[in-house]
Amino acid sequence: MKDKLIGVLAGLCAGGLAVQAAAEEIKVGLLLPYSGVYAALGNDIEAGFRLGLQTFAPETQASFAIVTEDTEVKPPVGLAKARKLVLDDQVDVIAGVVSSGVLGAIRDFVHGSGVPLIVANAGNDEATGEQCSPYITRMSFSNRQVNRPMGDWLHAQGVQKVFTIAPDYAAGRQMIGGFVEGFAAAGGDVVGQEYTPFQKTQDFGPYLAKAKASGADAVYAFYAGGEAISFVKQYDSFGLKAAMPLYGAGFLTSPLYVEAEGPAAEGVIAALHYVPTIDNPANAAFVAAYKAETGRMPSEYAVQGYDAARALVVASATGAADREGLARALAQVSFDGPRGTTAIDPATNNIVQPIYVYETVAGDGGLTQKVVAELPAEADPANGCTLSTTN
Amino acid sequence: MDFGFWLFQTLNALQLSMLLFLLSVGLTVIFGLMHFVNLAHGALYAVGAYVAATVAGTVGYWAGLITAPLVVAELGLLLYWLLIRRMRQSGPMAQVLVTFGLIFVLLDLTRIVWGDIALGIEVPQALAGRIEIGGVTYPVYRLFIIALGAAIFAALALVLARTQIGAMIRAGVDNDKMAACLGINVERLFLAVFCVGCGLAGLAGAVAAPILSVTPDMGLQILIPTLIVVVIGGLGSLWGAMAGSLIFGFVQTFGAVLLPGLASVLIYALLAAVLILRPAGMFPARG
Repeated sequence: MKDKLIGVLAGLCAGGLAVQAAAEEIKVGLLLPYSGVYAALGNDIEAGFRLGLQTFAPETQASFAIVTEDTEVKPPVGLAKARKLVLDDQVDVIAGVVSSGVLGAIRDFVHGSGVPLIVANAGNDEATGEQCSPYITRMSFSNRQVNRPMGDWLHAQGVQKVFTIAPDYAAGRQMIGGFVEGFAAAGGDVVGQEYTPFQKTQDFGPYLAKAKASGADAVYAFYAGGEAISFVKQYDSFGLKAAMPLYGAGFLTSPLYVEAEGPAAEGVIAALHYVPTIDNPANAAFVAAYKAETGRMPSEYAVQGYDAARALVVASATGAADREGLARALAQVSFDGPRGTTAIDPATNNIVQPIYVYETVAGDGGLTQKVVAELPAEADPANGCTLSTTN
Repeated sequence: MDFGFWLFQTLNALQLSMLLFLLSVGLTVIFGLMHFVNLAHGALYAVGAYVAATVAGTVGYWAGLITAPLVVAELGLLLYWLLIRRMRQSGPMAQVLVTFGLIFVLLDLTRIVWGDIALGIEVPQALAGRIEIGGVTYPVYRLFIIALGAAIFAALALVLARTQIGAMIRAGVDNDKMAACLGINVERLFLAVFCVGCGLAGLAGAVAAPILSVTPDMGLQILIPTLIVVVIGGLGSLWGAMAGSLIFGFVQTFGAVLLPGLASVLIYALLAAVLILRPAGMFPARG
């Protein structure tokens, strides 16, 4: 209680100060994992964010200062760092947050202290559903959003029966839940489901044998990071790819680590909100600038950072510079970026964006992504979010 | 769910067991011989995988498979001279803390040297593909892991049972003070066993690299299963490490198949049962 009170008071003071500083400087707190399992993601998001600020800053009067903090992918650490950013550093806006667990932990503090938060990864559906907040804007994706259209699309490709597999934690269940919702609505049949112990499964052999015995036409999977690499390689090594094509949420073969999967990833078809091979001028400019800066192709994480920075610039170009004003302006953001037309849905503060179905194929300099279909943007249902009624 | 399905799962269980055996045998013998808890064993496995991935990327898979155990054994030697030798008399709590800290030092070192992005290496040409056994097609590389684990077990069993150094190690495990009185240089013996154990951890990392992803935290992920194997099998015994590995591999694999909801709990339940019924493990090295 006392903490909350101090938070509110500090928020008020900081708000007052920020108004005076209006046209000069907006202080941004980047809250990302720089250690732990998602360190690579944090680094990609930061690289994208800095590039985005550098690219778009001329569009606004304001200048930006960045403070970075490491969440270590631990919810309590994330909360402590969020407090530090808000109370000590007095940032005007926080951007980042990779893990949904960290987002869940800092949600009430951010909401209570009235600091706008631009989510640059964490995809848990609740954050823009029942837990939504006028201060939380998501520029990345929601778990359901990425997977639901894929259910419809996959059924339209003639796949009648699927077997689903994902790690046993909230994101895994939401990703598969979104897909199954779309696939079942289209008339498809889910013949088997497995949830593997999260980050405790090294050997997928037992599950793959069950998938094989299930008689499904195809397998739909969600894994990310190290688990994705193990899964895709083992799927191929058992010879399943020829008999049962592998589909999934696009994190399965993310450009960030697809090289580690090697030829095993070839032919995997997955859905994602961004791949570096999307054909539009904004993306061509982004890919070229990102490659020049870092020497590697941008991943979906990099674009999330890039677009989060751009959203902040667009919001500040409206003249908003304090926390309250930035939060309101962020909810109105819309632009044509590397992902196509991206806009914030004012009903939930979640991003609305097209979803790309892509196939991983062998290219000249290694593996590359061939866009197979662009599925139209679809706003998530409000799911208990009452932003539109309270506004 | 026919015969082929069960044979397939049995092979899966054996493959997992052999990988764990390579890791746990080093840990358990070090533990048994000198009562030294080396929690950084898993981190050495990760280093092995990274070395193998690096060498495989430039020279080739087989060079990586040979280099990784050697490099990790050297690293073990370094750790021994810098840290472990001083820690010999300081009691288990200090040892656990130091080697626990070592996990994070090694983890961050691998991150600094190799980066955060996961690496992967391909299965070598000779072991790529699948063959048919008993009506199921199974990846050759996984059969190679099973064969390698069995071969290392046979070699260690032979050395321990039939050679003079084996007799010295057994004497050391059984009663180190008496062994020292009989003129065995127990400390040097420990160093040799420690290096071989570290080398085997490196070998396990190199063997696992083509089927798993090589990430900085892979050592942390494998540490708990390895410790469970050591506790179930009994400290200090080769046969215990093998038995514990097989039990872990089969419970994990068939648990995932038959009771998927309990897959992650089952092995801990078994661990608790073993600790209650046979606190010293299934095959403890001493009575």
